[in-house]
Amino acid sequence: MSHAMTQDAPPAAPLNSLLSHRRMPRWAPAGIAVAAIALGSGIGAVAGLASKLQWCLIALVLFVALTYLITARVEGRRQAKDRVATSLVWACFVVAVVPLYSLLQTTISKGVKVLDGNFLGHSMGGVITTQPGGGVYHAIIGTLEQVALASLIAVPVGLLTAIYLVEYGRGKLAKVVTFFVDVMTGVPSIVAGLFILAFWIIILGFGYSGFAGALALSILMMPVVVRSTEEMLKLVPNELREASLALGVPKWRTIVKVVLPTSIGGILTGVMLAVARIAGETAPVLLLVFGNQLINNDPFNGAQSSLPYYVYEQYTNGNDASFDRAWAAALVLIAFVMILNLVARGIARWKAPKTGR
Amino acid sequence: MAKRIDVSGLSAYYGNHRAIEDISMTVEPRSVTAFIGPSGCGKSTFLRTLNRMHEVTPGGRVEGKVMLDDENLYGAGVDPVAVRRTVGMVFQRPNPFPTMSIYDNVAAGLRLNGSARRKSEIDGIVEKSLKGANLWNEVKDRLNKPGAGLSGGQQQRLCIARAIAVEPQVLLMDEPCSALDPISTLAIEDLIGELKEQFTIVIVTHNMQQAARVSDRTAFFNLAGVGQPGKLIEIDETQRIFSNPSVQATEDYISGRFG
Ligand SMILES: Nc1ncnc2c1ncn2[C@@H]1O[C@H](COP(=O)(O)OP(=O)(O)OP(=O)(O)O)[C@@H](O)[C@H]1O
Ligand SMILES: [Mg+2]
Repeated sequence: MSHAMTQDAPPAAPLNSLLSHRRMPRWAPAGIAVAAIALGSGIGAVAGLASKLQWCLIALVLFVALTYLITARVEGRRQAKDRVATSLVWACFVVAVVPLYSLLQTTISKGVKVLDGNFLGHSMGGVITTQPGGGVYHAIIGTLEQVALASLIAVPVGLLTAIYLVEYGRGKLAKVVTFFVDVMTGVPSIVAGLFILAFWIIILGFGYSGFAGALALSILMMPVVVRSTEEMLKLVPNELREASLALGVPKWRTIVKVVLPTSIGGILTGVMLAVARIAGETAPVLLLVFGNQLINNDPFNGAQSSLPYYVYEQYTNGNDASFDRAWAAALVLIAFVMILNLVARGIARWKAPKTGR
Repeated sequence: MAKRIDVSGLSAYYGNHRAIEDISMTVEPRSVTAFIGPSGCGKSTFLRTLNRMHEVTPGGRVEGKVMLDDENLYGAGVDPVAVRRTVGMVFQRPNPFPTMSIYDNVAAGLRLNGSARRKSEIDGIVEKSLKGANLWNEVKDRLNKPGAGLSGGQQQRLCIARAIAVEPQVLLMDEPCSALDPISTLAIEDLIGELKEQFTIVIVTHNMQQAARVSDRTAFFNLAGVGQPGKLIEIDETQRIFSNPSVQATEDYISGRFG
């Protein structure tokens, strides 16, 4: 498609111009999407495909193909490629969001059935599992305590490790530490659980407890904290460190007073994401905290429950009342993680370096 | 207050690469010394050896002596942190601390050094430093606004205020005006003229007129070729360097007949 501009071409002529070309109307992508969905449903219905998922896939493929064909006709090949890239991004976005949406929708619609003050405020003590009633109070307590203990162990260690790696780490030791952090990132949660089981319960002879679970969770959390903190510290410009050092500020004070405050928002976000990750772990709890129907406020003594464990336990009971409780507990867990994320975002925004005039 | 710097036989390395070789010179107290020379000849490197910032760069290493009055900066047992409190530095690009307000930026050196002072005392020092950096009138109503919200020229003067707030004996400036407009440049040049009453000032600049305007003495650096270490060619009264230098290369460089 070469629209060579000639000397005597009228300057505003759309077809002969070098700089402007025929454009599709703004609503064109939406129109194509509607057409693709209609066509997809039509084909699906005619072909007698049972699953709506297949209809959607056909519609998605049609959407991308139609976008290319129509744009190529109207606007030209290059624009067509551009629009196909855009429509692919949209298609992938939909593919990613649909499961998330349906997951949330299912959890909420099934979870709200028994979710009330009574459910949040009571344990399963004295409840016959086939009957409605009972609650997650003991599991919430367990999750809060285990996650808090795990964070208390993993966050300081992770932070200090990251500071070492970014600010001080040179040579062999830093390489070795980085290597082990990488390895730890890949440790499956059940392996972390087994390790603590062998070490803490079998060799050292301690009993099941929330703390044992927290130990395993902290193993899972630490590499995540190290990695995210490392990335955030690397983002701090070297000039700030030099500015501080040139004022005669010792290195450790430079780190505490300049480097960390500059990156605190990102570091906190990373920590919160790590917390969110371990809050949903079931395997270590299964092995080390053992599960409990009753309220146990002491994380250092005796079995506890936790939200993911509670969901698992109720599900394996295999009756309707238990299924309802499982869904409600899942909803509580999602809400917990969501609140943590919102808090992290809030803090990150509040603490972010300000550039306002 | 101001001190004399006496450099002898100084070489600086980045790993195995020797960036500057065998530099000896004297920087007079209460005067402005300008460093000029082509890009890559080691002006910044040399400047950073004068307050032991060179060794902050990974692989940075220094040989030779830098005497501050009668103390060797590279002597055994000398604390680089103490050196940097005595020899302050202003960088090429303004780098205020983004998390801090204007006030906190200026007070940063005092506070981060952990010297406990009363609020009123810090207030006084902040005002004096900002006035010293010709910035007070522009920011006195918004001392609690973020320092990163100032214009580039204001930020640079903020950095100068921050550097002089800790009352160093020597002030090193690495191309402090290279990112600034002519008016801010002029403001900073005036400021340099005032600051030399109290401080020993060393300034790196690529601007010949600037060197001629602000400095009492000028040092010309050059390097023999790519990958070769930079060397001090000559140092003399600015007037002489610009009118009648004793080395041909200096004259070529100043008059623009170079490379
Ligand atoms: N961080 C570093 N690591 C390795 N080599 C460096 C580093 N900084 C500078 N050098 C080298 O040292 C030499 C001198 O650099 P320097 O920055 O001192 O030059 P300069 O005279 O300040 O140049 P300019 O006028 O462009 O600022 C150059 O060859 C440069 O490549
Ligand atoms: Mg330089």
